[in-house]
Amino acid sequence: MPPLTRYFIKTALIYFVAALLIGVLLLARSALDLPPEIGALTPVYFHLLMVGWVTQLIFGMLFWMLPKYSKEKPRGNERLVVAAYILINVGLILRVIGEPIVSSKPEWGLGWLLMLSAALQLIGGWSFLVNAWSRVKER
Amino acid sequence: MTRLSVWPVRTALIYLGVGFLIGALMLFEKGARIDPALLSMLPMHIEFVMIGWTLQLAMGVAFWILPRFSRGAAHGNQTLGWMAYGLLNIGVLSVGIGLWLNVPPIVPLIGRLAELLAAISFMLHAWPRIKAPGA
Repeated sequence: MPPLTRYFIKTALIYFVAALLIGVLLLARSALDLPPEIGALTPVYFHLLMVGWVTQLIFGMLFWMLPKYSKEKPRGNERLVVAAYILINVGLILRVIGEPIVSSKPEWGLGWLLMLSAALQLIGGWSFLVNAWSRVKER
Repeated sequence: MTRLSVWPVRTALIYLGVGFLIGALMLFEKGARIDPALLSMLPMHIEFVMIGWTLQLAMGVAFWILPRFSRGAAHGNQTLGWMAYGLLNIGVLSVGIGLWLNVPPIVPLIGRLAELLAAISFMLHAWPRIKAPGA
């Protein structure tokens, strides 16, 4: 298993646990009468699951298992995939921090955190896509 | 990889790219508050990412890696596989774009039915390939 695949999958596992912790918190809100602001974590919960866990696990597996690009560069342009790993994770963490703050305290003016998060995740996702595309081919 | 895998996997990658773009536009709007209409793309974002990307990728990879047959067509009934691919994408586009543009509810409903037929076609294709070695 190549190192990048291991990074993707181990990071995905951390997000999996983190997402379900937030899932517990979201349901505990009404059961234990916790502050209503916790509800602002709902989009974070879904994106930790779908981007942090599912998509990142898939990225790790695809990087490992897709047909080789060439003999010299079996996994294509690895720098694109390193960039995808960093950008998606920095972007997702910015969202986890920024989204609850922006929705509960909009007067703090931290909307730029979400704008930056959006840009980083988009570039990261497309970076992975560009490299994977060239490896999806008929034998 | 067979052609029946290449097309769904590449189509799934396109949905990944478009799904990420829509998601980024909505997240940007949450921070910038320029045009709240951008947030109406949420159902399309969910449809593209959940079904167009994740489920379609799983189907494409399954066409590729499920056990083959030693006699006859190695990958089984390809027609069923192509039907699953076509119906799934008709469904994803009808549901995703239909819900975004607020078209009459019959359009997304037909789309969802197409997705159901895709699932049945995929199941009929994959079922005989899930077998013991040499069977």
